[in-house]
Amino acid sequence: MKIIDTSGFSCPEPVIMTKKALKDSPDALTVIVDNVASRENVKRFGEATGYKVDVKEEGSKWTLVLAR
Amino acid sequence: MVGLTHTVKTSGCASKLPVADLARILSSIPLMKDDRLLVGVETSDDALAYDLGDGRVMVQSVDFFPPVADDPYDFGQVAAANALSDLYAMGAEPAVAMNVMCFPSCMELEIMRSILLGAQDKVREAGAVIAGGHTIADSTIKYGLAVTGFTTRDRLWTNRGAHEGDALVITKRLGVGILNTMIKAGMADESVVRKSLDSMKMLNRRAFETACSFTVHAATDITGFSLMGHLNEMAEGAGLSVEIDSAAVPVFEEAIEGARFGMNPQGMYNNRDYLEDKVAFASSVTREMQDVFFDPQTSGPLALAMSDEDAVRFVELFGQPAAVIGHFTARKDVAISVL
Repeated sequence: MKIIDTSGFSCPEPVIMTKKALKDSPDALTVIVDNVASRENVKRFGEATGYKVDVKEEGSKWTLVLAR
Repeated sequence: MVGLTHTVKTSGCASKLPVADLARILSSIPLMKDDRLLVGVETSDDALAYDLGDGRVMVQSVDFFPPVADDPYDFGQVAAANALSDLYAMGAEPAVAMNVMCFPSCMELEIMRSILLGAQDKVREAGAVIAGGHTIADSTIKYGLAVTGFTTRDRLWTNRGAHEGDALVITKRLGVGILNTMIKAGMADESVVRKSLDSMKMLNRRAFETACSFTVHAATDITGFSLMGHLNEMAEGAGLSVEIDSAAVPVFEEAIEGARFGMNPQGMYNNRDYLEDKVAFASSVTREMQDVFFDPQTSGPLALAMSDEDAVRFVELFGQPAAVIGHFTARKDVAISVL
């Protein structure tokens, strides 16, 4: 599965990165985020575009798995 | 030319420091007092108010932020409308203003000129005058104004004077923080850009002048701390709670859609985090509507507390998008209930 790391980027950049990555990898994508705003926004974007989003907390970061 | 908003991370009032951090630091600094200081920092109001001793009151505020519009002239206009709004929110007429500018030494000076011209035209529209200011070299653009206006003792509107039973009116649509995030992400069309700019550039002058014909018990403007943040201050200050009818709140429909797609600015989450336990939402209020209520506004509406009769009449006179969005009630467990 394709993985993108949005650490260090602030909104709306992580959502833009997610949108772009989903074009190459439309079935599933893992997105690493390092702040609450990015976690919530990427989750919302995934859900609004028809993905099921699974969120796991890992230390100071979160891993979001977007799957159809 | 690269749009100005692409040169910075955050835009407009969404660039405010998280309110929780700010509150903690400010509370650790001893308060300065003066008998003539009618409104100081302790009530988190829009501006200071200083008694001139002859019935007049001087009102002052300063506001500056990174670009919130791609075009420098537009940015200057928005920055000026936003700074002047603090005076209108106190019931004061703007008189003089000064520029505050941070500007990269490597950037074209023509950009600075356009920002200053935009602000000047907006300040002129407000019937006030800009005289000088201060500029420093910095890595990114920041611009705003220190503004001074005048009112009288009997027309000094603070954020804490609401009466139980008062109606709450707002005078612009909410959601420009989300619209601006959509614009920055390239997820907005030209009509969204236009709506956001038109709203942010609009002076609160007509709202202020219309309100002058009524008895205003409390007023503020809705900016970076969002509708919920500023209403929390109004409710706390008056020892009351406020009940909001979410269906009555004028919002940009595009902001609701933007929130659904994760186009919320960082400041929205900061506001929500700080205010969550002060607000109770009915289950019928959608997540996206809640996002708009916590969305940091730049050059947002006036919020006015007045009697029901005055509020209805105000809305008739002012017209759209002004609306009565709720009422102040006796103090409840939470400062704000949204139905």
